[in-house]
Amino acid sequence: MRSNRMGWALLAPTLAILAVVGFLPFLYVLYVGLFDWNPFSNQLGMQWAAVNNYRRLVFDGAFLDSLWRTGLFAFVSVSLELSLGFLLAQTLVKNFPGRTVFRTLYVLPLVMAPIAVGATWRLLTIPGFGPVPYFLDKWFGIDYRLGTFADQAFLTVVLMDVWHWTPFVTLTLLAGLTAMPKEPLEQAQVDGANRWQVFRYLTIPMMMPVLLTVIFIRLMDALRVVDEVFMLTSGGPGTATQFIGIHIYRAVVPKTDYGYGSAMSLLVLYFTIVLCWLLFIALAQVGKQRE
Amino acid sequence: MKSSVMRNALGWVGLYGLWTTMIVVTIIPIYWMIVVSARSRVELFDAPTLLINSFYAPNYLKPLTDPIFQRYLVNSLVIATSNALLVTALALLATYALSRWRLPGADNIFFWTITQRMAPPAAFVLPIFLIYTRVFKIGDWTLFDTQLGLILLYCVFNLPFAVWLMKGIMDGIPVELDEAAFVDGAGRWTVLARVVIPLVAPGLAITFILSWIFAWNEYLFAANLTSVNARTITTGLAAFVSVTGTNWGEMAAVATLAILPALIFLVFVQRYIVTGLTFGAVKE
Repeated sequence: MRSNRMGWALLAPTLAILAVVGFLPFLYVLYVGLFDWNPFSNQLGMQWAAVNNYRRLVFDGAFLDSLWRTGLFAFVSVSLELSLGFLLAQTLVKNFPGRTVFRTLYVLPLVMAPIAVGATWRLLTIPGFGPVPYFLDKWFGIDYRLGTFADQAFLTVVLMDVWHWTPFVTLTLLAGLTAMPKEPLEQAQVDGANRWQVFRYLTIPMMMPVLLTVIFIRLMDALRVVDEVFMLTSGGPGTATQFIGIHIYRAVVPKTDYGYGSAMSLLVLYFTIVLCWLLFIALAQVGKQRE
Repeated sequence: MKSSVMRNALGWVGLYGLWTTMIVVTIIPIYWMIVVSARSRVELFDAPTLLINSFYAPNYLKPLTDPIFQRYLVNSLVIATSNALLVTALALLATYALSRWRLPGADNIFFWTITQRMAPPAAFVLPIFLIYTRVFKIGDWTLFDTQLGLILLYCVFNLPFAVWLMKGIMDGIPVELDEAAFVDGAGRWTVLARVVIPLVAPGLAITFILSWIFAWNEYLFAANLTSVNARTITTGLAAFVSVTGTNWGEMAAVATLAILPALIFLVFVQRYIVTGLTFGAVKE
């Protein structure tokens, strides 16, 4: 019909920027990962290392630990967000007085800078004047010290993530619930199905695409978390909250271990892409079943 | 009959109880930050109360009158605004092209870039840093520590999302409208300016605001790709922590200033935030 030249011309600036700042670094990290390269070590320049960096990774306990910890964090926080978010979304489907006010206040954390989220939680939990340690001690006699107890630090980071992101899960599930056809639900109730049966056999299957989308987006974000955790605990105490993003950052920036850091970056990138791909396949499957 | 009234009443109590709890839990961390920002150092270490009795202005005035902090603020404004404008303009052209022409392979490119949006940003800090300091180098000038460097970089994160979001909106505008205008003798650019842009204007506004919020909020790259000249407000906020003897009141004040613009924007995009954050996959 029309020539494609104009179409490509309109697309060109977008593609050019993505190629230069998006694709080029990807190739570069692939290349650097094959070398030993630390500008502040005594050997000069880049030394060819073939796959040695990758071999080192497989036996790197700290790296594997941090990968496991990130997975645990993502699993726990996303499960909590989904359960709480689903409950809250269901209460919002029907209109009630005050619903708009609740909703508006509730989504405030959603647009806050992650670094500011970290700052607010730090202010809450500082020993000395933070209200959390003070009231936990006064009311329950709990000794709460974020910088000392690993479990408390991990739990606090999970709660911070739940605080920050449950509004997103709630709003998205609410959008899904609102768009759901009403007739099957009413029909099922007429036929004598109880609430649990309706939820299990109608709501969940019909919500599957939205649920998977939410899981997909939240999982990816939880796996790449850095800013707020860095601000709250700096990955400590010890390595209790040193998730993979912080781990890579530590290896790359302060230690300037460029070759090994590149290999690590690429491996994590690869995991992410595989995970993305699996979730996309799941989404497509569900989409097909519905048609 | 009586029991159903009882159950109904219990339901209302439960509903309002749940939501009141949720709102209190949501608001307290933000409220506490404002409380801290209103107190002097001495007041802070009294027993914690949640009341604001006085307002200690120097917490706000000191950063706001400090030339270094002023530069952070200006940088954040310039970078977020330029990036959002650039992303919106490019996304408009790109989605117009994607919806009006059949361009083989173009969709795959965007699928690929969206996986980048999902990748841990820490994995990209190093390659971007090396490319900025070693590849884009003309004499002494590099992209490192420039506003331009961050403006371009944030395109990697904002453009794929903007294109996904705008594509759906653009596809909703019938091609017949374009063609009617062609018949009337309008050129390609006239059609874009007079027919398409007015129709997608709300979508452009959402794209602009969400891109702006992301660029304003970003920390990790801003911290590692700048040193002096192009530092942003988020890096300024993080700097409070590493310095010994933190002035918590001032930090709370800076954090409050840092979340203010995004909260104001939230008023405008609240209805579209789900569409934006799910890349258009879920519509509200």
